Amino acid sequence: MYNPQLDSDGSLRHLLTIEGLPKRVLNQILDTAETFVGVAERDIKKVPLLRGKTVCNIFFENSTRTRTTFEIAAKRLSADVINLNVGTSSQSKGETILDTVDNLIAMHADMFVVRHAQSGAAHFIAQHVPDNISVINAGDGRHAHPTQGLLDVFTVRRYKPDMHNLRVALIGDVLHSRVARSEIHALTTLGVPEVRVIAPKTLLPADVNKLGVQVFHDMKTGLKDVDVIMMLRLQNERMNGAMLPSAQEYFKTFGLTQEKLSYAKTDAIVMHPGPMNRGVEIDSSVADGSQSVILPQVTYGIAVRMAVMAILGGRNVGGNA
Amino acid sequence: MHLPNPENLLADITAQIKAQLKPNSALIGIHSGGVWLMNRILQSMAQDSANAAVQFGAAQFGPLQFGTLDAALYRDDYNQRGLKSESKPSNIAFDVQDKHIILIDDIFYTGRTTRAAMNELFDYGRPASITLAVLINRGGAELPIAPQIVGAKILLNANQNLQLSQDSQGKLQLNLESNSHV
Amino acid sequence: MKIHIKNGHVIDPKNNINAKNDIYIAAGKIVAVGQQPDGFTANQTIDATDLIVSPGFVDLSARLREPGSEYKATLVSELHAAAAGGVTSLACTPDTQPVLDEPGLVEMLKHRAKQLNLAHVYPLGALTQKLEGKLLAEMCKLTEAGCVGFSQADAAITDTQVLWRAFEYASTFGYTLFLRAEDYYLAKDGVAHDGEVASRLGLKGIPAAAEALSIASILRIAIDTKTRIHLCRLSTAEGVALVRQAKKSGVPVTADVSINHIHLSDNDIGYFNAHANLKPPLRTNRDRDALCQGLKDGTINAICSDHTPVNNDAKLLPFAEAEAGAIGLELLMPLALKWASNSQLGLSDAIAKITSQPAAILGISGGHLSVNADADIAIFNPQQAWKVDANQLKSHGKNTPFLGLEIIGKIQYTLLHGQITYQA
Repeated sequence: MYNPQLDSDGSLRHLLTIEGLPKRVLNQILDTAETFVGVAERDIKKVPLLRGKTVCNIFFENSTRTRTTFEIAAKRLSADVINLNVGTSSQSKGETILDTVDNLIAMHADMFVVRHAQSGAAHFIAQHVPDNISVINAGDGRHAHPTQGLLDVFTVRRYKPDMHNLRVALIGDVLHSRVARSEIHALTTLGVPEVRVIAPKTLLPADVNKLGVQVFHDMKTGLKDVDVIMMLRLQNERMNGAMLPSAQEYFKTFGLTQEKLSYAKTDAIVMHPGPMNRGVEIDSSVADGSQSVILPQVTYGIAVRMAVMAILGGRNVGGNA
Repeated sequence: MHLPNPENLLADITAQIKAQLKPNSALIGIHSGGVWLMNRILQSMAQDSANAAVQFGAAQFGPLQFGTLDAALYRDDYNQRGLKSESKPSNIAFDVQDKHIILIDDIFYTGRTTRAAMNELFDYGRPASITLAVLINRGGAELPIAPQIVGAKILLNANQNLQLSQDSQGKLQLNLESNSHV
Repeated sequence: MKIHIKNGHVIDPKNNINAKNDIYIAAGKIVAVGQQPDGFTANQTIDATDLIVSPGFVDLSARLREPGSEYKATLVSELHAAAAGGVTSLACTPDTQPVLDEPGLVEMLKHRAKQLNLAHVYPLGALTQKLEGKLLAEMCKLTEAGCVGFSQADAAITDTQVLWRAFEYASTFGYTLFLRAEDYYLAKDGVAHDGEVASRLGLKGIPAAAEALSIASILRIAIDTKTRIHLCRLSTAEGVALVRQAKKSGVPVTADVSINHIHLSDNDIGYFNAHANLKPPLRTNRDRDALCQGLKDGTINAICSDHTPVNNDAKLLPFAEAEAGAIGLELLMPLALKWASNSQLGLSDAIAKITSQPAAILGISGGHLSVNADADIAIFNPQQAWKVDANQLKSHGKNTPFLGLEIIGKIQYTLLHGQITYQA
């Protein structure tokens, strides 16, 4: 069946979403990322794989932190990096997405890292690039953030290697979260037997259980026997959209405090994709506490992104044996 | 074609390596065959210092430094073949600077693996010297690189494939296949 | 001009004809069906062997994009598309620029269409001024200018008091309201059906309840104010059930469904295919099946094309940013036929849904082949397959989820008032 992310021989062509990627591709990325964790610990943190190749960060939606990690990852692979913050200025000049992309293609870029406020934007761009260019989705609307999903399961794998025996809980605004969707797909594809979401009804998408998760509306039952807690960021707009009354009430009911953390297993790990809203979704003592692996996530994020780029960069375009 | 016994070849190069050890020596095995060989060599050295007193001056050398190297990220065929699907991380925990490195691999062929390994090694630091030790040199070097310590030289042609393996007890075995296509 | 259509299989649901018959035309009217009239000598003979001869199709909704949006499409291009699709009468929506809330605009539109002589155009006038949902439009004057009913197109009337009064006023004069039922707030910014597919794709969903709630309100107001209403583009199983119930209770309501919703579901969004961005959104398979059943049991009276040409650029965007809508004039008949064959019904059932039924809803003459009726006729090959190809479509818009697919049923001739407007 046609899968826009895979070449006809089953190798990775674009990374647009975790949904639809076979388990072996996910494992390939994670295993390759292991190699790159070691590279980051050396004095010379570079390898020559993407030497002479150009990676373009095309960010239609602003994000310094994600863009920076992609930039570091690309540079550690010896690639040249171009940063295009399209943001609002170019859009107000009326240039279409495709015109922006066509210009970069004409400049012989090899790989695009794309972030956009609309779901489906990365798929859209991937449909229009020529054969030799790969697209990496750095976040499209609410749909997917596959490198984040991958680095999150990489982190889980590192701390809790027995994935077939885990209970994972995602807490927070699943409705608006591309990170949540990617995490859910990655966890279920890799065979994690129990994936839970804990949130008020207003922050859950329709038929969310069909994604393979169990739904909880309270922390006490939701966190029971949980090994991994994945926090999601809460944005202020949710209050304005009549989805939540206040940040304080959210913290009271769904905020991860030491007390709520104690409902989970004693050796449960706490994760957060960042940036954190301290005192809203997570208490500082938990974020900075012994069970938090939030900072290692960032390190692994670079290794995972290096792995994705290294796999895509070595694609066999043009059929050379 | 009659293949030599790899265990004998290993004993041979182990002796040659031991004879070359200096105060700042370190062993680095190239995955996967080179790492098996290195582990066997290290075992042999551990037995030496356990048995005899200071025949090889083990005491004055201190514990021998060693590491493993994959070189997958430095290969010259990335654009043609992409990344190998199984690569193990390199692990060199000591400081490479000013060390006499003995690089260990199983089969020396075109020399490209050695070139990649050296490129990676230099990203860790500046060694004082590098000596390449291999079990078998099968001829066919495509670069001006050659091993200094060799168990045996066996000339093979391009459609022959020589592989080292180890069985469940760790005993080394050689396997020669002819491919019908080049 | 005397025309003899010979050897064709005539299907005229209104007059219950479903048999081989010749048709004789003179001075733009049908003078006989079956027996050649005495002294009739044809100037032109059309050989309709192995072809179906049907009343020209009546489409309840086509956007012609004039006045105002000529860059998307024009009367010329879209009425040619109508002729190519065998559509001889169509109702157009008031969401033009400017909105059809001025009698002068309506007259001009009708005049332009008449001059082109490609299809009869029956404008639906705006129910409220500028479609803003605040002030009533001049419904009597608009009717005089040629409007056959009143509509809000895709704009909502959120003020229930205004909605009530619009019904009451229309009902005073016996006008029919053509409304697409959707709760404004629940549908706001939504681009897909609120269900599993939208959740996976991260698209903002429009719940089925948005349609059901709105239908319930509309029906209630219609009953109290005794207004005749037509519900446009049903999309939900609940909606069908509500209409079925209302009809049972004798409420004067009719309904239609679009060619897209009887065949497709939200799965057809696939990898964010912008051609599947429609209003109302494509819903689940269950909804689609209920719509097909509703057509079968008469709850839904008619199939319409909901023809909405959109510029290529407006579709070449991420899904939610793309402009909604699909063309359909040239696909109306083949997709109606496909519905009938999927539902184990005959050609006659399909044709009724696009001829006699919509004609009755619009209150126009047309949609039948009676003697003395205008010779508005579609002659087509019900077995011929063809590929929906952008280069072959007459419409300026090439936006349809069926693009590149093969469908069955090809128009060979279209006649309007006895003149051939299209020949394959």
